[in-house]
Amino acid sequence: MTWTAVLALAGGTYLLRLAGLLLRDRVTVPARVERYLDLGATALLVALLAIAALTEAGGFAGWARSAGVAVGAVLAWRRVPFVLVVVLAAASTAGLRMLGVP
Amino acid sequence: MRSLFRTIDRSDLRDAVALAAAVGVVGMSYGALAAAAGVPPAIAIGMSVIVLAGASQFLVVAVIAAGGSPIAAVLGGLLLNARHLPYGLAMSGVVADRWPGKLLGAHLLIDEVVAFARARGSGPRARGAYWVCGLALASFWLFGTVVGLLAGAAVPDPSLFGVDAAFPAALLALVMPGLKGADARRVGLAAAVIALAATPWLPPGLPVLLGMLGLLAAGGREPSEVAR
Repeated sequence: MTWTAVLALAGGTYLLRLAGLLLRDRVTVPARVERYLDLGATALLVALLAIAALTEAGGFAGWARSAGVAVGAVLAWRRVPFVLVVVLAAASTAGLRMLGVP
Repeated sequence: MRSLFRTIDRSDLRDAVALAAAVGVVGMSYGALAAAAGVPPAIAIGMSVIVLAGASQFLVVAVIAAGGSPIAAVLGGLLLNARHLPYGLAMSGVVADRWPGKLLGAHLLIDEVVAFARARGSGPRARGAYWVCGLALASFWLFGTVVGLLAGAAVPDPSLFGVDAAFPAALLALVMPGLKGADARRVGLAAAVIALAATPWLPPGLPVLLGMLGLLAAGGREPSEVAR
């Protein structure tokens, strides 16, 4: 029963992943459409990170996480190395939580 | 394949490992949650290998823990993973040129991997980064899952380490170079606003897809004209 569900989820997810790759090969698209496909990935990634930065289970994620991501945003904008951006964003959030910020 | 890995930039490898380490920590909490929910270890590990999509795996564990229906878990998981289709449309040229590479590479189409590769353009460096980051994330995710299952309740809550802030911050850092064009900035801002506004009302997965409506803010101009 559970394996059936897992296999269905795995198969469906794989087909979703493969479908985009193969569809893109099958059709020749004009440059204008190609630009939209490219911007579409940007739209999805930004939407995803905004939701991850600010929300949890449909509500506000709390100030500690949001502030940590904001620290990361400023560091990334200042072209601080990627590893430091990630570590310092996490550390800021962890530190704020230790101080009792929700 | 060998020539592919010869083109890997040293700093790309370091960054991929850093990202994968964070993924490993989340994998540990996934394994621990699965153990606590009474999910059989083979199922928990199997999902980390053949589903390889964190949010949908957490959803399945939550549904099992709550005694919900497996059909609801599968449908909810597929809704969460629907965004991979448009990712594929944008990433086809980066993943591989030919069949076997595409079939394998499709499985590594993961949010962070897509962002990681896109931050490195669309040439050979992006392709190397895609595969290195994808393989690193997949391995650490599996390793974390196994450790989490074994350690169970001994795994601390990852929010203690701020891991929940690490992922959006990482994605932001990776997406930022792509926001140089005014059209990309407009699309990104609109996508974020739409997705955030939809989040309280819609099931997980749908708000991200609705974010694609941000494309309406792209305007009709070619990127080259925007740059001028």
